[in-house]
Amino acid sequence: MTLATPRRAPGPEHPGSGRTRPGNRITRRIPDRVRRRGLPYLLLLPALGFELLIHLIPMLVGLVMSFKELTQFYIRNWRTAPWHGMANYRVAVDFNAPIGHALLHSFLVTCSFTLLAVGLSWLFGTAAAILMQDTFRGRGLLRALFLTPYALPVYASAITWAFMFQHDNGLVNHVLHDQMHVAGQSFWLIGDNSFIAVVVVSVWRNWPFAFLCVMAGLQNIPRELYEASSIDGAGIWQQIRRITMPSLRPVNQVLILVLFLWTFNDFSVPYILFGRSAPQQADLIAVHIYQSSFVTWNFGTGSAMSVLMLLFLLAVTAVYLLVTTPRRRHARA
Amino acid sequence: MPSSRTTAIAAVAVSLLGLVTACGGGSSTTGGGGNSHAKTLTYWATNQGTSLDDDKAKLTPELQKFEQQTGIHVKLEVIPWDSILNRIMAATSSGQGPDVLNIGNTWSASLQATGALVQWDDATFAKIGGKSRFVDSALGSTGAPGKPPAAVPLYSMAYGLYYNKKEFAAAGISQPPATWDELIADGKKLTKNGQYGLAIEGANNSENAHHAFTFAKQHGGDFFDAQGNPTFTSDAVVAGVKQYIDLLGTNKIAAAGNAEYAQNQSVADLASGKAAMLLWQAAGGQLKTRGKNPADWGVAPVPVQSGTPGQGTNVDTMVAGINMAVFKNSGNLDGAYKFVKFMTSDAEQKTLCSEYGSIPPVKAAAADPVFNTPELTVLKNALATSAAPLPQVAKESQFEDLVGAAMKQLFADAAAGKPVTLESVKAKLQAAQQQMQG
Repeated sequence: MTLATPRRAPGPEHPGSGRTRPGNRITRRIPDRVRRRGLPYLLLLPALGFELLIHLIPMLVGLVMSFKELTQFYIRNWRTAPWHGMANYRVAVDFNAPIGHALLHSFLVTCSFTLLAVGLSWLFGTAAAILMQDTFRGRGLLRALFLTPYALPVYASAITWAFMFQHDNGLVNHVLHDQMHVAGQSFWLIGDNSFIAVVVVSVWRNWPFAFLCVMAGLQNIPRELYEASSIDGAGIWQQIRRITMPSLRPVNQVLILVLFLWTFNDFSVPYILFGRSAPQQADLIAVHIYQSSFVTWNFGTGSAMSVLMLLFLLAVTAVYLLVTTPRRRHARA
Repeated sequence: MPSSRTTAIAAVAVSLLGLVTACGGGSSTTGGGGNSHAKTLTYWATNQGTSLDDDKAKLTPELQKFEQQTGIHVKLEVIPWDSILNRIMAATSSGQGPDVLNIGNTWSASLQATGALVQWDDATFAKIGGKSRFVDSALGSTGAPGKPPAAVPLYSMAYGLYYNKKEFAAAGISQPPATWDELIADGKKLTKNGQYGLAIEGANNSENAHHAFTFAKQHGGDFFDAQGNPTFTSDAVVAGVKQYIDLLGTNKIAAAGNAEYAQNQSVADLASGKAAMLLWQAAGGQLKTRGKNPADWGVAPVPVQSGTPGQGTNVDTMVAGINMAVFKNSGNLDGAYKFVKFMTSDAEQKTLCSEYGSIPPVKAAAADPVFNTPELTVLKNALATSAAPLPQVAKESQFEDLVGAAMKQLFADAAAGKPVTLESVKAKLQAAQQQMQG
């Protein structure tokens, strides 16, 4: 953007030439430097407006709500709800009391879920992309096939999984128990296995995205590098370790961050699988917060929890970018 | 340079905030409705039939009748149970909602507390023919005691024990069980070859909470004290909840898979013969649409601990039903009252309740011989003699969800073969109770 401005902005005559004199006078009063540098921001203004409207303002409203005692007695006119100070936050982080304890439990479940789901999605996506780097017959077809989970509407795919995970008539039990006899007739949507179920569905949904990104990243690695390295005697693992992975670094940086944010925040998959009250073993934080605010009609506490989650995600994102952005490394080195 | 940018952002933010608050202010503060659209009404109906379309098909001819009589066009929306509470809450907070809506009668006090519904004092009741037209037990579930009701009874229902006559005969059982001990003994006889004695909707929060209420009553307990404070961990409540979970757990007369039922699979199991008994409210209509011959199933009162159903510890069902409420922000209050009057008129009550297999809460309509079928006689009798309303407290809907969810987890434990003890039940109920206070 900054590179483009000097060429675009010289002189007011382009945008302002047709204007009347008073307008010109006003534009002249603004220093040339500001006018030149200001144009990109002016052009960004509509986008900024919409950004505010659909992102920042709801966030601010949520922030305000988190300081109020917003229960069913006040939702009709929530601006009359009494201010609650930090009480909602105290309730949310009091880990000895049941609400705080449940939130902490849900947070830890979500962290391990996110680690597993992002790790596996990335692993599957990258492995598939590397395996399909060389051209072979049917590659296009396979690529399209791999991308279908990502293209399906989330409701359709998650509800299908919910049916497959049913205890009595589900496909999963049918295959594992009736056909392969490797496991007993187990519950997947309630009890201990529900964590596995939600990880499976999440990985199934997200790995095509990792596949897509890594595949795009691989296109930019020059073939000559591989040829040169194989002449030098590098094996396939060495090539992956020394050429592919370092070249994919910028792609991976964004990919993992995006996957992390999506997975951590994911509401649809657990909600469709388990409904409003998820089993404790798979009590992911997005549904947990929903349960805390909508089901028990306590929107103040729910908002406070959302704000805490937002702060956590912001902190993780900031630290992640600080640590992984290469420019910093060079500066430090 | 950066400072001018931040100023700009701040300016935009402030102006937009002003815009948003201005929008928010108009709808919610005024409170009083009016007659801004006298010729139309929006009506949110709950899902009473076998599907949303079934409801539409049943209600539309009646709404057309209303339009012919009054010239008011009713826009109907049938809302599924899993989203209706959210829709009502969204309507309450935005002030943009229907004119008339159905609510589960147990939510009356919860929704009354929001102040979004018209209060039915005697003057308002007079507009629809007076309070005395309605059955007392139904009126007992229309809001907190001592306050004008928040809604008007529309359909009444009660729990009954539905059973498969053929399977009973095959197992040599001559009459349906009257106590839980008998039910368990019969259930064990009926549980064989992949068939089970009882079907339970173990992952449905509301069903769980309704049964918890009855079982607690039968142990002499209540979920709320007289002040409206939760008492989930009293010995009677804990024992009652455990007794219900044990039907699947230790007694094993229900299939383990029932622990994840939440989409009326238990009704399907009774219809298909996979289970021989079911505790349900007004299941006749559902059994009929599932192709079950009315001669093949019977209805008996829900069992009690000992003796016969009555009041006190022999309560065997909640007062189940649907109420009709008018939204305070309605732009057509007069039309809304007319519509409620129409829907609770003797003739409409007879038509609608016989379509849905429920019992009219209007005395004159309930006396009609149409409602003297074996099924409805049992349920009517239960409502008259052995039913109690769920606690009419503001936090009732939270109670249903939290206790129901706790029981879902207990069912999951029982189904996985983990022991469910008085301690584990108490711990779950304690957690639920503490969340009520949060």
